[in-house]
Amino acid sequence: MLQVISLLLENKPGALMRVTGVLTARGYNIETLTVARTLDPDLSRMTIVVDVVPTLRAQVIKQMNKLVNVLQAVDLTEAPAVCRDLVLVRVRAPLETRTAILKEAEIFKARVVDSSTEGFALEATDDPEKLDEFIQVMRSYGEIEVTRSGAVAMSLEAKKLRLQPPVPAANRTNGDRAARSEDDTPVEVSEEN
Amino acid sequence: MSNLMSGAKMLLECLVREGVDCFFGYPGGVTLPFYDAMYDHHIRHILVRHEENACFAAEGYARATGKVGVCCATSGPGATNLITGLVDSMMDSIPIVAITGQVTSKLIGSDAFQEADTFGITRSCTKHNFMVKNVAELPQIVHEAFYIASSGRPGPVLIDVPKDVFQAQGHYAPVASIHLPGYKVFTEGHTGQIKRAAQMIWDAERPWVYAGGGIIAAGATPELRELSEIVDMPVVCTLMGLGGLAAEHPNFVSMPGMHGSYAANMGMSNCDVMIALGVRFDDRVTGRISAFAPHAKVIHVDIDPAEIGKNRAPDLPIVGDVKRVLERLNTILAEAPPDHKARNVDKRKAWWTQVRAWKHEYPLAPVYSDTEIKPQHLMAEIDRLSGGQAIVCSDVGQHQMWAAQLIRFNEPRLWINSGGLGSMGFGLPSAIGAQFARPDKLVFAVVGDGGFQMSIPELATIAAYGLPVKIVVMNNGYLGMVRQWQELFYNNRLSAVELECFPDAEKLAGAYGFKGRTIEKAHELAGALEAAVREPGPYLLNVRVSSFENVYPMIPAGAAVNEMVMGPPEPVAVPK
Repeated sequence: MLQVISLLLENKPGALMRVTGVLTARGYNIETLTVARTLDPDLSRMTIVVDVVPTLRAQVIKQMNKLVNVLQAVDLTEAPAVCRDLVLVRVRAPLETRTAILKEAEIFKARVVDSSTEGFALEATDDPEKLDEFIQVMRSYGEIEVTRSGAVAMSLEAKKLRLQPPVPAANRTNGDRAARSEDDTPVEVSEEN
Repeated sequence: MSNLMSGAKMLLECLVREGVDCFFGYPGGVTLPFYDAMYDHHIRHILVRHEENACFAAEGYARATGKVGVCCATSGPGATNLITGLVDSMMDSIPIVAITGQVTSKLIGSDAFQEADTFGITRSCTKHNFMVKNVAELPQIVHEAFYIASSGRPGPVLIDVPKDVFQAQGHYAPVASIHLPGYKVFTEGHTGQIKRAAQMIWDAERPWVYAGGGIIAAGATPELRELSEIVDMPVVCTLMGLGGLAAEHPNFVSMPGMHGSYAANMGMSNCDVMIALGVRFDDRVTGRISAFAPHAKVIHVDIDPAEIGKNRAPDLPIVGDVKRVLERLNTILAEAPPDHKARNVDKRKAWWTQVRAWKHEYPLAPVYSDTEIKPQHLMAEIDRLSGGQAIVCSDVGQHQMWAAQLIRFNEPRLWINSGGLGSMGFGLPSAIGAQFARPDKLVFAVVGDGGFQMSIPELATIAAYGLPVKIVVMNNGYLGMVRQWQELFYNNRLSAVELECFPDAEKLAGAYGFKGRTIEKAHELAGALEAAVREPGPYLLNVRVSSFENVYPMIPAGAAVNEMVMGPPEPVAVPK
């Protein structure tokens, strides 16, 4: 089964490479990956769908959480979450099938974004399995062209975000391991992003 | 006071502020402005002869002190030459800050002269890396780099600095705080888990402490000793953890693992509670993981949450700094009611009797010959001169294993070796770093004839700085460990392992202006080593040892710990 990972990370150069590096270093192939800014422009939300051996899933999440740029990585595979995918489909539609295609599109709540004598461009948003069906149906009308966004997922649980508080730079000296943040408990803030 | 200065000067000021007194490097085109700023700055730059060795020397410095080791290289080939050292320090969790020059910002991506994508290349071999885009962000990045390198599980951090950033003028303002919201450092450990650990330890009939490099990194040597004394438990220290408990401490058993002692491995296999401290259940320790410590409930303390359950699922995980966790655990153990302490005393005494019997049955003892020098004899002599006090830096291979088995380390940070990555050519440059860090210490570079020939250029560094490093080459004329495996597992078909030519040590050292000597008779050994140690400067002692000696005991790769092979000629199957 595919694993769905949701990450909150700093919007910095190289951050994406670090996250995908955790997967590629272990030989995993990424099925889908989406990333975009959050309400806080300094942060990005990323959803990765990847086929990881079940016994190594926890390890992959831990390795991602170790990355300096990653604020939080969570496994949404079995957690309460919504997962949505967007698909754009271009389907050739001669006169005799146009009505049928539009009917099917309606069933899948797809929207027509372009219409020409050649055919339609349709847009649908749904969970990935539903979109697979939609694509199957459209294929029955002839050759189609498909672009998918990849999954975007959101947890339905309120997750506490553990953030490290700032540490003073001044009173640290080289090699003084004890001189870390006095109060060791990470700051807990509710997640708003 | 005007604080307007160049990026190069600013970088030096940041290094000073981080307590750096010396660093190791090699200049080049794009680091010219940085080296120009060094010209009239008091910070000490040590010029090595190859960038890889700059990183190894920084590691030697870091491993000998616990401070952050710093190395510096130019763009392109300079940066790529650092890679082995970065991976090495990543594997052994050594705090390193590497500074690399980069081509001028405008030229990045244009395949400019000596351009390499250092930031991209080093992503997977550093704990974190930075590329500085602007002189204004330089101080913040440098202090963040030192913080990341030295906190939590230590590791290497690289800062890539384009030439124009070195040259740009900026206002240097000391950085007040470091804010890395995503960088989680867990130090304290869960109180409830620590209490449960204490309970498990009192309930144990056959307790066993498996201590690793985390003890050294955390400076938890006193706490480890206290723990073993409160409950009177046997302790093994891994290759990375040697010196974590003094070798002469009565509770110290020895090193476990592929070439660990019989007693250490039998203890691992038969204990009922294993207290794993700052270890990662490395395959060289566990053998076949599914058969490892089959009767043990495992308490695993580590600062890195990703180590918990990576190789062996613990019965009781504690994420935290092993020093802090042990301080609290020891307090709980020491304050336990007498009936707790008394509960399994008899059984623990019987366990100690068993462990001592194992030690007695197959001790790690040197082998001697009248005619030739046995490698174990060499290590025993180095041990005699060290008395558990000298710093010993080694490469990787047979000599490393014999040194780890036979040389005592009574303090932490004396045994410096490439454990995880197993880099040949590590011993000599790391000895340079260690000697700079600890000028008061006797430093041996105990290397093989293979590894030594990988690091010969650094003889010039040793000579130039007059470092009194004692280089002892255990010269068996072969890549010994590879030859051993070819003998044992490839029908003795010795393929490309004979090192037929070795330079004349006296002439080689003489060419660099210091003393060297080759010996091959057993009766010469003690005197030759003593003369090397008496010599105020560097010394190169080439010791011809028997070529076909194998390291035992040995757990063949993929075998279980209790399938140990005790030695030639007939492999002795060890009863369980």
